Amino acid sequence: MVSDRPARQDRSAPGASAPPAVELIGIDKRFGPVHANRHVSLAIAKGSIHGIIGENGAGKSTLMSILFGFYAADAGEIRVNGRKVDITSSGDAIAQGIGMVHQHFMLVEPFTVLENVVLGAEGGALIGPALARARGVLERLARDYELDVDPDAIVGTLPVGLQQRVEILKALFKGADVLILDEPTGVLTPNEADHLFHILRGLRDQGKTVIIITHKLNEIMEVTDRVSVMRRGELVATVDTRDTSAAALAELMVGRSVLLEVEKGEGKPGAVVLAVEKLTWRDSKNVARVKDVSFAVRAGEIVGIAGVSGNGQSELLDLIAGLKRPSAGTIRLDGQEIGHLADPARLRDLGVAHVPEDRQARGLIMPFEECESAILGWHDDPALGSALWLDRGKVEGRAAADMAAFDVRPQDCHLKSAKFSGGNQQKIVLAREIGRDPKLLIVGQPTRGVDVGAIEFIPRRLLELRDQGKAILLVSVELDEIRSLSDRILVMFAGEVMGERPPETDERELGLLMAGVQPGDRPEATAS
Amino acid sequence: MMKKVHGELPHWVDTALIPAVNLVVALLVAGLVVLIIGENPLEALGILLKGALGSVRGWSYMLYYATNFTFTGLAVAVAFHAGLFNIGGEGQAYVAGLGAALAGLGLEFLPWPIALLIGIMAAMAFGALWGFIPGYLQARRGSHIVITTIMFNFIAASLMVYLINNWFRPAGRMAVESREITHISLVNLLPPSPLNAAVFLAGLAAWFTWYLLWRTRLGYEIRAVGANPEAAVYAGIKPQRVIMITMAISGALAGLMAVNEVLGVHHRLILEFAGGAGFVGIAVALMGRSHPVGVVLAALLFGLLYQGGAELSFAKPAITRDMIVVIQGLVILFMGALEQAFRPVLAAFFFAPEKA
Repeated sequence: MVSDRPARQDRSAPGASAPPAVELIGIDKRFGPVHANRHVSLAIAKGSIHGIIGENGAGKSTLMSILFGFYAADAGEIRVNGRKVDITSSGDAIAQGIGMVHQHFMLVEPFTVLENVVLGAEGGALIGPALARARGVLERLARDYELDVDPDAIVGTLPVGLQQRVEILKALFKGADVLILDEPTGVLTPNEADHLFHILRGLRDQGKTVIIITHKLNEIMEVTDRVSVMRRGELVATVDTRDTSAAALAELMVGRSVLLEVEKGEGKPGAVVLAVEKLTWRDSKNVARVKDVSFAVRAGEIVGIAGVSGNGQSELLDLIAGLKRPSAGTIRLDGQEIGHLADPARLRDLGVAHVPEDRQARGLIMPFEECESAILGWHDDPALGSALWLDRGKVEGRAAADMAAFDVRPQDCHLKSAKFSGGNQQKIVLAREIGRDPKLLIVGQPTRGVDVGAIEFIPRRLLELRDQGKAILLVSVELDEIRSLSDRILVMFAGEVMGERPPETDERELGLLMAGVQPGDRPEATAS
Repeated sequence: MMKKVHGELPHWVDTALIPAVNLVVALLVAGLVVLIIGENPLEALGILLKGALGSVRGWSYMLYYATNFTFTGLAVAVAFHAGLFNIGGEGQAYVAGLGAALAGLGLEFLPWPIALLIGIMAAMAFGALWGFIPGYLQARRGSHIVITTIMFNFIAASLMVYLINNWFRPAGRMAVESREITHISLVNLLPPSPLNAAVFLAGLAAWFTWYLLWRTRLGYEIRAVGANPEAAVYAGIKPQRVIMITMAISGALAGLMAVNEVLGVHHRLILEFAGGAGFVGIAVALMGRSHPVGVVLAALLFGLLYQGGAELSFAKPAITRDMIVVIQGLVILFMGALEQAFRPVLAAFFFAPEKA
């Protein structure tokens, strides 16, 4: 638990004399219209474990990719051990003593551990001497850092935890003093994760610097000395881990949207439309990503699901939309079991409308004309033509009507979907999904990346819809959005529903639930 | 997202100017090659153009070649729209010949218009089958379509040699070919040239392909799967099903080439009648940007190169048949592989005033 923390308290405050192991100053990076890193400055003390935490898309991976030379920053500089360096490739980064363990391992599976470790450091035409040298180094590393792996084992046959160990060995073999780990526990079992943390502490105690990128709060609390929180490309805070709590970090991560206070009348919940019972979904590695989830959504109410992303909300949406098949449990729509269908087209016919979390990847087809994206999922609608044919006039007519009703601009249904702004793209999706009179609307991140105009319009539409008696399930990482729209709030953590709260609930209390802490527990307990 | 940096060029630049520039560059490089072997490039170009466009006979041959290339080009184009690279047009056309010949030889008891119709449909059905199998293997077993369609070309070649030699070859005949199909044939338009009524079929096929892709529910699904499989799944489309259907349609279009060759030209099933047209179809589809109109235009260009090239090698013995292949290869290189090579230059030209 927290047993080994006092021993290193002196380390978490960087000494005045030693320069930081890595210093990023004013890093700025844009990808087209996306501002991935906004003037980020960060110093990482030598011999510490530094966590970088943030939602998906907060810019933490981009930042580390810049440090490791995958991307060039548009502005800013990098200093290693106080010296300004130019890192334009991963080779440069390695030469500066920076190693990276990627989320998806970069290993040659049919090779042995030894062969993988010398990959990129073969040093000559003959592999023999390098292998012999590596064997010696591996033995030393195994002794120093408890990184035991059989050097002659075939990597593909090793469990994931050991494969990750090979990745760490690879970086150390190339002389890494700074080790970056990107979402290191995403693929590990809890047991393997504990082992990993033990190894990382060992590395730190031997003077190595470790940077962990993650969106899991409890890992940060457990293993780091200092933590930086990123949100929408900005570094919003850097604090000593012992001075903060999981709940405080969760609050920093989810942040505040510019959502205005929307007028919300009293809800008049009717009959149960959606009933989810003991729903469980396991991924291909048999890890339960949705665990025993039960809740109901009534006609005329909005049920909001709050949580830090990656805690099972996306999978829950997919399950209800028929994009994934439940491993156990039931999903009922008006009493009819729909979980086993796993057929989005059938569910749409039954009255389930789905506004997906990622409109660009799923909600629209970017190279299609707007009028074609406007019928995505409805291209089988009998009203749009005859048995085999789509009536172009009717398709355009529907698209034009939807665009007018939702004030999509520009109002040109022949424009390619990709040419619309984020807010207008979202309106196109909403118009399509709401327009066909669904019973149940499931909405993921309705205002993510939309412009200010749409950020008022979309919540208002959702509330109108509620007042018309639709059942709405809303998933969002924006706590303010959840609180101002929902009639009831469910908080998800690690695939489970932590509890239900009314929308007036204090942010701090929701933050605790989002960090996996039940009220009554002391916040410090999250470290375990 | 990174592509946005280059901005969007006017539509006509993409569809007309870039192909034209590529063609001119291809011809310039080809001219250089002609120069190196000691001939006058301008004279060669003149002979080439005159050979294809200077006489009714030239035109008729050009259209005959273009008919084949349209069928195979459309086949590749349809598959492209579903995100599939069908290299197997050659084999699909070859096997389709089996269907055409079986109907032609076996249905002599039927009135000829009906037998002809069945012959066309049989060719399409055999081609469709030869496309469907790789489609099935891709959709259900995950075998890559490029690999399987290439292999199916080889299987088709061996299978057809075996069948023609052992089943179709009349006893006592030396030539490895079937007996003559006399009952059905496509009208020869300008004898003695091989141009026949299949050219109208090609036009029809191009129209059908356009209609299928942009006016039917199935076409919508095909393009959705090709453009964004994840969004297609979200929409309730089953990509596996679409892949199998698309490959069958692609094979059927390639199979129409056998109608032109078997029922329109040779009037018998012969070895290797596809003659590489299946592969030319890939270049035609690339150059035609997978749009039926573009495919027809590209097929005409390749028809011109084939016919004009034949005349050129006849008039200038120094420019052998192989040289013609080199020129065609250059056209494919610049219009297919290097399709986008001049785009940045043109983009800079078009955006220069705005950037200033």
